[in-house]
Amino acid sequence: MGLDIRWPIGLMFTLIGALLAIYGLSTGANADLYKVSLGTNINLIWGAVLLVFGLLMLAGAIMGGKKPPGK
Amino acid sequence: MQPIHLALIDYTILVAYVVFVVGIGLTLSRYMKSSSDFLTSARSIPTWVTGLAFISANLGALELVGMAASGAKYGISTAHFYWVGAIPAMIFLAVFMMPFYYGSKARSVPEYLNMRFDQRVRGLNSIAFAVMTIFASGISMNALAKLLNQLLGWDYNLALWVCSGVVLIYVLKGGLTSAIYTEVLQFFMIVMGFAPVVYLGLKDAGGWTAMNHSLQAVALNPAAQSLNDKTFAANAWSSAWQPLLGGPANNPMGVDVFAMVFGLGFVLSFGYWCTNFLVVQRAMAAKNMTAARNTPLVAAVPKMFFPFLVIVPGMIAVALATVPDKGYRIPPPILSTAVYAKGIDAVRNATLDNAVKSVGDALGKKVYPDKITALVAKNAAGKLSDQEIKQGLYDSIAENDYDSVILSLVKRYCPPGLLGLALTALLASFMSGMAGNVTAFNTVFTYDLYQAFFAPNKTDAHYMWMGKFITVVGILLSICAAYFASMFNNAMDVIQLVFAFVNAPLFGTFLLGMFWKRTTGTGAFYGLFAGIGASALFQALTTTFTNVDASGHVINIMKGGYLGVWNKFPSEMAQNFWMAIFAFVVCFVVTAVISLATSRTKSDPELKGLVYSLTPKIPSGDLAWHQRPGVIGTVLLICCVILNILFW
Repeated sequence: MGLDIRWPIGLMFTLIGALLAIYGLSTGANADLYKVSLGTNINLIWGAVLLVFGLLMLAGAIMGGKKPPGK
Repeated sequence: MQPIHLALIDYTILVAYVVFVVGIGLTLSRYMKSSSDFLTSARSIPTWVTGLAFISANLGALELVGMAASGAKYGISTAHFYWVGAIPAMIFLAVFMMPFYYGSKARSVPEYLNMRFDQRVRGLNSIAFAVMTIFASGISMNALAKLLNQLLGWDYNLALWVCSGVVLIYVLKGGLTSAIYTEVLQFFMIVMGFAPVVYLGLKDAGGWTAMNHSLQAVALNPAAQSLNDKTFAANAWSSAWQPLLGGPANNPMGVDVFAMVFGLGFVLSFGYWCTNFLVVQRAMAAKNMTAARNTPLVAAVPKMFFPFLVIVPGMIAVALATVPDKGYRIPPPILSTAVYAKGIDAVRNATLDNAVKSVGDALGKKVYPDKITALVAKNAAGKLSDQEIKQGLYDSIAENDYDSVILSLVKRYCPPGLLGLALTALLASFMSGMAGNVTAFNTVFTYDLYQAFFAPNKTDAHYMWMGKFITVVGILLSICAAYFASMFNNAMDVIQLVFAFVNAPLFGTFLLGMFWKRTTGTGAFYGLFAGIGASALFQALTTTFTNVDASGHVINIMKGGYLGVWNKFPSEMAQNFWMAIFAFVVCFVVTAVISLATSRTKSDPELKGLVYSLTPKIPSGDLAWHQRPGVIGTVLLICCVILNILFW
């Protein structure tokens, strides 16, 4: 069906991952905020994970798109 | 529950998700050219996508909430709902049943029943299924709106209509494909949104070993947390099989091994995974036979490991609650501010002698006497603030609201940002629950009720229009069902009970129909009715030990026994499993006997592709070994057995 689903998944997780990571970076100095997550800057770490996942999906979509149709 | 304040970053993530799902719907809308594009995805989707959608259609938010709740109540044994109650049936569907579903070119499960038997069986199955999907979707949306109301302080009506509106847009635009795509998106959201919560929870509990150590304390004295009146061996929460082997009295589920393996693992599990069109529809949308057969197998891989994502949080919660300095308890039932105000007054006015009774009456809940006495004494010694007393009352309520476990952990561990992600994941799974049900509903309604009984031989454009029209109707009916669920809790229990009656015997019909060519339509139709009647009768004549008072009277007729008590079970779960076994056997026997007594209406050639013995085996010679369903299924089964042994 026309749309390769890896595009929306990749784009969305890249966007959300980037948002979380940037938010994590900008709030990293605020120890109070991260008391709940046991002192880990979980936004930065998890944002980075989501970002990598999103980029991998995008890479898959780009590579998949290069194949001749029907494959 | 205190409403949570969401930060800008949380709303941004929420909005981003909604924009993406609506975007997917709008992008797909230009590919929707025929009714089959809209209702069946024109059988065009790759395996990994249908596989993840298959698992995701089942992983509703209610399951997320419910599995964490059971993890707290029963421990790791809850994983049987996955390792016993899902994986074997999914493999069976892939290897043995998918060839008939996909090969017969049926567009739905009821349509298959029509090909195999006749219109009566189709009609019975599709009406029951259509009603069930509407209520399932309504229950899900009611839970979502209630959650948004309690958690974020949004208006119930607004939340219900806005969320339904979003689902309507993307399902109406992109049809089944849209629902499947968003289910895949939701799958990743759930995994990505909850994995960090589980990680932080485990870290807080001191790691896996420390958590299991705490769980031993729980098992030896579950009454300390009002989990259970009985006491168990130390491994009751941390071993999956050993407590079960000790019999119903030795595990918190109150279930014996036979009921677990035959009732859940065979009757209920195969009945759900192999015949429920909601999940089977995902596999039917695959692009070819191999993809269709591999769909449930792809799904089985994450399904096998889901217990670590959805059940472990419940175990973390009870483990944390045993460690006093963690300051955590399983949330008590939600009480309004007014009730707490009454409780606070009661604490201030109580004397030590009457404290427990007066405070308990004010709250209308069971309380821990020692905690109330301590609270009143502390208040008498030096005046406590309203907030301090309220916290004390919260800790003293001796009842648990298990369904709040997962949210209490999300609130405990998620800073702004991650909180948005976890809540979006939850929202996503509620919405895709509605989308999944509505897309199954519109297909069954259009093809199996409208086309089959009311308007055959119309143009495809007409059915496409009908499919879209009924999608809108389906969403509106779901909203009505949601309001219904919000108004009459008991009525909803009745409906779910009725569905249990309808579903329990269903696999008997399929098993005989697919593997015994002698089975007739008349046999199947009456066998199904007999099975449904048998489960209703079984429920009416049995109940649980706890549901009978000292004089032998039944306390709550919803839990059975309203026609008399012939047998008592240790738990509702055991009662349900045995009910399913009974209904299955009755359906199986009646179908077989009536089939033998009636003459066949379909000849061997007519049943080709519909019955196992009359269908040529699919040659797997041109497939690499790692693509053959039989091989993959065997490997998965071995992995599942290993998991069971690891957590023995």
